[in-house]
Amino acid sequence: MRATTALPPRAGLGLKAAHLREALASDGTAVAYFEVHAENCMVDGGPWPAALERIGERHALSLHGVGLSLGGLRRPDRSHLRRLARVIARHRPRAYSEHLAWCGHAGVYHADLLPLRWDEPTLARVAAHVDETQQALGLRLLVENPATYLGFDGASLGEARFIAELVARTGCALLLDVCNAHVSAVNQGRDALAYLQALPLHAVGEIHLAGFAEDRDAAGAPLLIDSHGAPVDDAVWQLYEWVIARTGPRPTLIERDRDVPPWPVLVAEAARADQILARASDAAQEQA
Amino acid sequence: MNASALAAFSRALRDPLAPGPPGLSAWNGSDVAPRLAVYRNNVLTALVDVLARTFPVVRELVGADFFAALGARYVRRHPPRSPVLARYGGQFPAFVAADAPASALPYLADVARLELARCLAWQAADAPVLAASTLARALADPPRLPQLRLRLQPALRLLRSRHAIVALWAAHQRDDVALALGEVDPAQPQNALVLRRDDEVLVVALAGAAAAFVAALRDRLPLGPAAAAGLAIDPAFDVAHALALLLRLQALAGVAAARASPATARRGASR
Repeated sequence: MRATTALPPRAGLGLKAAHLREALASDGTAVAYFEVHAENCMVDGGPWPAALERIGERHALSLHGVGLSLGGLRRPDRSHLRRLARVIARHRPRAYSEHLAWCGHAGVYHADLLPLRWDEPTLARVAAHVDETQQALGLRLLVENPATYLGFDGASLGEARFIAELVARTGCALLLDVCNAHVSAVNQGRDALAYLQALPLHAVGEIHLAGFAEDRDAAGAPLLIDSHGAPVDDAVWQLYEWVIARTGPRPTLIERDRDVPPWPVLVAEAARADQILARASDAAQEQA
Repeated sequence: MNASALAAFSRALRDPLAPGPPGLSAWNGSDVAPRLAVYRNNVLTALVDVLARTFPVVRELVGADFFAALGARYVRRHPPRSPVLARYGGQFPAFVAADAPASALPYLADVARLELARCLAWQAADAPVLAASTLARALADPPRLPQLRLRLQPALRLLRSRHAIVALWAAHQRDDVALALGEVDPAQPQNALVLRRDDEVLVVALAGAAAAFVAALRDRLPLGPAAAAGLAIDPAFDVAHALALLLRLQALAGVAAARASPATARRGASR
């Protein structure tokens, strides 16, 4: 099995159709890697996979899945694993990540990342699905912590404990979405730093940063929506600096899927992440 | 969550009136309904957004609010069966045709067919483009012309409509859509050729004879019968002109002599 991640410990961007021209012209200096949704690559041909091949010549690629349903009741869908294997064979991504969630039931795909009850039966099920995926694809999977909007009565494990156990049992890596950590902390009335401290930070192979929208719950308490439709919030930047100070530089993706701004705006956010990563890198060298 | 809880959660995602499974909670004891609604809204928005990206002209024709409601009805009736959403919306044109409010615009379903064809053409398999010189060599042997078989690009789609779908679609690509639409007579029948050239999906209007010719090629008929199909519609149909158009559009993927008859195949094998 390969190492945690072969992505460069630099800032990357999600590849959007709106910025295909800029991505094709990018030389890999301002944006060190691009991340694509695995399911968007599952087409017969055309401009998208061809562009991805060209972009992959000058950048590392990260493959980010949204459809495997690791938390589902059924084993990972064999035909979906085969499709993934084909995409991996063609585009040679340096990392493949999926979500700690379920996204379909009884043959219907829900197109969202749905919450799990943090308990031992769920842990055993997800661990088996992660094992099977890692074996089928011959790689070390990165599993992403979720943004959640509700909880489950009587859940015997906390989310961070669940993730730590999953990493320990399967050897998978952690894709730490710092925005999700913040959103879930607010939505679950818990402390984000305490949550991060309880995570297996040694296993962090990639970091996601994104923006959120703010709503209110029935009691008027803040309910944050993981919208990927806004700039990275200052609260998330602060948590990110805290994480990087402990993990050292890690590949960091700026995620933006809605209200996608002009390319330079995203490049500026990537540059901000790169500055934080460079400082951490300098600090590590001074210590050495 | 066990199977029944997951089933109940799934139902609640698709039906706003269905309660979620028992045991959902909020940290502050508040009503979980608005929290569950975040997930329901995410699912619906994600899928209606996919439809809006595939059917932008349908959306412009009916307006954003109408489209959101139409899309929501479609999502409820035809939820995706696969996490690969690149082809989601395959039944949307037929759904639009059968949907009472939407079918008030008689050409809407055919515009949806055109946009679905564009979506599928964009992601269709790649194939080499037939070079003009290769075609010219194949055409240089007149006695064998009728038996030549032309292979079309996998991305190519041909649509026939009782409405001016190409003109309607083209008007929506202009800056002043209202002005451009004013010049369109929607009741004019049109055939649409949809194909990919240089990473761009093209929509080309074809006259009846040319459409019959392309349809025959698509159905794998050799050049002779395909030309006859065009001539049957219009005695002035010009095959050379049609072939030049297909070459220019990069619509052709290959050319081959007629499949050998059993007799010639045997002769070939005995050599």
